[in-house]
Amino acid sequence: MAREVGAQALPGVAGDSEAELYVPGEKSTRTSGMLTGQSSGTVAKPSGAGRLRGLLRWESGLVLCVVAVLVLGISVSPAFLSSSNLLNMGLSNGEISIMALPMTLVVISGEIDLSVASTLGLSSSMIGYLWLHGWPMPGIIVTVLVMGLVLGGVNGILVTRFGLPSLAVTIGTLTLYQGVGIIVLGSTTVSNFPARYTNIGINAFPHTDLSWSTVIFLVLAVVFGVLLHATKVGRSIFAIGANREAAIYAGMRVKRIKTGLFVLSGVVCALAGVLYTFRLSTAEYDNGTGLELNVVAIVLLGGVSIFGGKGTMIGVVLSALVFAAIQNALFLTSFPQEALGVVIGALLLASVLAPKGGELLDRVRHALGSVRSPT
Amino acid sequence: MSLSLHRQDTAASGSAVVENPRRLVDTIFRIREFGIIAVLVGFVAITTALQHRFLEAQNVKFILLDATIFALLALGETMVVVSREVDLSVGSVLGISAYISANLFGQFHGIPIPLVFAVGIAIGVVCGTVNGAITAVGRVPSLVVTLATLYIIRGIDVLIVGGGQVVVSSLPDSFVAIGQSTLAGIPDVTIAVAVLIAAGAYYLRSFRSGRELYAIGSNPEAARLAGIPTAKRIFTSFVLSGAIAGLAGVVWAAYYGTVDSTAGTGYELTVVSAVVVGGVAIFGGSGSVVGAAFGALLLETINTALYVLGISAFWDQAIAGFLLICAITLDHGITLTLTSALRRRSPRGA
Repeated sequence: MAREVGAQALPGVAGDSEAELYVPGEKSTRTSGMLTGQSSGTVAKPSGAGRLRGLLRWESGLVLCVVAVLVLGISVSPAFLSSSNLLNMGLSNGEISIMALPMTLVVISGEIDLSVASTLGLSSSMIGYLWLHGWPMPGIIVTVLVMGLVLGGVNGILVTRFGLPSLAVTIGTLTLYQGVGIIVLGSTTVSNFPARYTNIGINAFPHTDLSWSTVIFLVLAVVFGVLLHATKVGRSIFAIGANREAAIYAGMRVKRIKTGLFVLSGVVCALAGVLYTFRLSTAEYDNGTGLELNVVAIVLLGGVSIFGGKGTMIGVVLSALVFAAIQNALFLTSFPQEALGVVIGALLLASVLAPKGGELLDRVRHALGSVRSPT
Repeated sequence: MSLSLHRQDTAASGSAVVENPRRLVDTIFRIREFGIIAVLVGFVAITTALQHRFLEAQNVKFILLDATIFALLALGETMVVVSREVDLSVGSVLGISAYISANLFGQFHGIPIPLVFAVGIAIGVVCGTVNGAITAVGRVPSLVVTLATLYIIRGIDVLIVGGGQVVVSSLPDSFVAIGQSTLAGIPDVTIAVAVLIAAGAYYLRSFRSGRELYAIGSNPEAARLAGIPTAKRIFTSFVLSGAIAGLAGVVWAAYYGTVDSTAGTGYELTVVSAVVVGGVAIFGGSGSVVGAAFGALLLETINTALYVLGISAFWDQAIAGFLLICAITLDHGITLTLTSALRRRSPRGA
């Protein structure tokens, strides 16, 4: 034991400094912590090639996953790849996939936004309320998007200006926004939207087999992908997530960027709320309740590190595809659809355990060895 | 925990403890402990003044019963959260334990009730062991692990339950009575849970391994370098949280009587809310199970008070959310004050 402690102390780690500063790869990478600590991928392999290889491995794993699910889907039903089924797949997962895109940026920057589903729900309530009061639909949509901006701004200000942990803040605003939605609409159900709008929710985008939500998802994925991987802001997001202190010292506008990401998340979730309301042609206070964890699951399955600083947009897009396809394939089989959770949970576990498979094996072997020969 | 950090700090700065800042620190902690109780008392006082029926025995009983299950879950969650982890699977564990244990009465007629409780707890222990093992051995973030097990356990629950449900008529009267019987107007279950919470508070306050959970939560790396078996402690806290969620499942079944595959859905965030409102820092290192229990009680009291006052129930979500954000902000403010107080004190201590 004493020998071990000595060896661990060797890297010269100061006991009271932030966990982010530790040298990973050593035994000292104790990543206990929910959102703090160190993901071994970011600094462990300083060589760009090594890091790229690690990322590629996860994304190629996802591609294999997609292929496997497609094969499964085709084998259970010839209708799997039909255009109407493709449309269904997009419809049932469109909103959560859209919300996963800004969430990706937020998580890479080292924060989390659990209020996404409540933002969706509140915008749905607002649509219902304003429609009841005779507002024109275009005006409603603009108002709701502005409201999403404000809701995201509240999250951003609480997190960056008050310095509060986003996990706690957004659990709070999750409850708050949902509560405001309940106040706004009460037990009223609004469903007399004109077909012109509700058709957007259920019909395919003109000249395609894809739903409107799928098209919006793809467009946003490209936009956010470029933002994340090809701009200065994107590099800042990675830097902030990898090491916030260093990013501040490097002169990045950490608070401004993070606030911006929460605002972005709010607006996009409000847009998802519009789509959701049109798809169900119903505005109710409990629209979207509980979807936040699905969104987080998609992002994490996409290989984004919960500690921030690591992840790709293409990974999240693939993950959203896997998510939608598995759900759809299971729907076509007799497998109970609610048990989908087992599959998603297993994939989620795999997404965090697989990248550290080798390391894990060593540790188990080491642990077994020390049990057999106690010194 | 009014004494928790204080003790640690005394140890850290050696014997030279300066009287004045120490009193300041004590006062701050007293605010922290009493803050939630003051809010609770104030809320009850105002509500009672406006509506005398609020403190009627029947009403108090319902509030306590509803709060009891969340307070119980918050006990386990607190142990996990003080060590800078989180357990999101508690709602699913409660659900599967509630169904399997309640279903035992139908499968084995005359099965003794203590055995049913044992089965419920055992289910929780298994789930907690999985969470703890993956988190501690795999060294992966518990937020992801327990989010995954939230799905998996609920999925298994759905596979087991299917479309079925346990109905109250299939449960023996003595089991249903557990959720009904009272002692001097206070439900027996509440008293039992209060005893458990007291035991939990004593454990976290006075046992070495309990103190070590705070140390791990304050600074995992420093705790490890100080020779604390962090992996083992974290593993244990997850097993305890699982066991408690399993126990809560059996209590849930006794209280509600009807169990299907949706039991406990969405409880995880309410429990985390209760814990945070109760003054437990979400990033570990401070807070108490007593505070967390009061957090659960406060959330439940607000729900009932609004109802009794004739304020539309539509408001409670929003008020709960607002309170939660206030609690987080207040907690953060206290932590900052405390840190600066300690900083002022340390040169003299050295």
